[in-house]
Amino acid sequence: MNLSLILDVLPLLADGMILTAKLTTVSIILGAFIALPLSLMRTSSTVFLFVPVLVYTFVFRGTPLLVQLFLVYYGAGQIDWIRSSAAWVILREPFWCALIAFSLNHAAYTTEILRGGIRAVPFGDVEAAKALGMSYALRTRRVVLPAAIRLALPAYANEVVLMLKASSLASTITLMELTGSARKIVAQTFSPYEVFISAALIYLGITLVISHVFAKFERHLAKHQQRNSQTGNSRLAEMTATIRRPRLPGSVSR
Amino acid sequence: MMNMQGFADQIAIGALTTLQTAGASLVLGIGLGLCGAAAKRASSRAIRSFAGAYTTIVRGVPELLIILILYFGGTAALSALFGHYVEVDAFSAGVFALTIVFGAYATEVFRAAIQSIPAGQIEAARALGLSRISIWLLIILPQMWRYALPGLGNLWLTLLKDTALISVVGLDDLMRKASLAAGVTHDPLTFYSAAAFVYLLFTSISLVALAALERRSYRGLRTA
Repeated sequence: MNLSLILDVLPLLADGMILTAKLTTVSIILGAFIALPLSLMRTSSTVFLFVPVLVYTFVFRGTPLLVQLFLVYYGAGQIDWIRSSAAWVILREPFWCALIAFSLNHAAYTTEILRGGIRAVPFGDVEAAKALGMSYALRTRRVVLPAAIRLALPAYANEVVLMLKASSLASTITLMELTGSARKIVAQTFSPYEVFISAALIYLGITLVISHVFAKFERHLAKHQQRNSQTGNSRLAEMTATIRRPRLPGSVSR
Repeated sequence: MMNMQGFADQIAIGALTTLQTAGASLVLGIGLGLCGAAAKRASSRAIRSFAGAYTTIVRGVPELLIILILYFGGTAALSALFGHYVEVDAFSAGVFALTIVFGAYATEVFRAAIQSIPAGQIEAARALGLSRISIWLLIILPQMWRYALPGLGNLWLTLLKDTALISVVGLDDLMRKASLAAGVTHDPLTFYSAAAFVYLLFTSISLVALAALERRSYRGLRTA
């Protein structure tokens, strides 16, 4: 084991790191855009809306990402109408194939996480919004989604870390992201330990940053719930909080 | 129906290897997870921080990279140790890597499960003069399964899918057999779809089995 080699390799991995960051960020953004409407469909009571989403999340969460990636990268070129269509310009590029597979996979997991959040919104809040005459769109935008996103945030933070780690699979379809460049350098230098450990250190650093940012954001969103704990007597604060906001029987269904 | 062009038996052999790899990693990983959870509760600060470092590092690094480190690094380390080139076979390296990964996540699941056991029970056991080992065997282990099962179930589903990554270092699992068949026949769509179907089948069976296990773990317990 050569410690100085670990440090020497770090700058060589910078390009790979940028591609990893690009893949992860774009997949997360695309995934969020797909997951938001799907999670609303998933929680609807109309069969035509929730069954297709159920099938989608079941298939994408039930198969390995590697299979999905290979199906898009190798499989799509086999279908004639795709090859002859304009979409082929995109689908023959490994970068776009990785993005498509990653965002669809990430969206499937995010849909289920967000669905859990929506389900956990107290029904009394929704009832109150209805009683105030809010339409479905307004209710969803102003009451359900803000609460659901706050409840889903811890699970979503985990999912973002998983997406960062999943982006390493792009190296299997010739993309030179962090893992890919590490493999290339290993093939050139024959020192697997040092190079892979450098790459692992970079991943670990990014993971810690992501968890830290999300933890901070969670605390920021939960500010209004902590205001009583500063009085020093948290037990008393807890009791007064219950007195101030009485829980009606039947208002909490879950 | 898909035309498997004579590769159906190869796919079946691959599927069996996938199950063996996942099964072996599950058993070893549960053992490692229990050790990890015990280490996180240890009174020695050094052991606690070692366990903490293990779970933080493994959960922050991609599984594929861990597999590559243990496969190529393991070969290099063993070769250096014995003084001549030693080949690590993909199955051992794969099971080893997946065990390390599964163990890290299982440590957290078990730690949370142990915390759900009322502290009064463990205090009562101490007051009755039970040894540390008896407390583990009689109080903690029999009850923690109930709390750990949902988390373990999710980890098993992840493990099943992570076995596909070992195909990258050459294990003849379902994924690699599908790749080989796709390369020979120039028909990746059929074979990767077939692989996806088999994985989906395994996941579905696991889901049904896990639901039954969870029901069984709550037997004899009053539930609302």
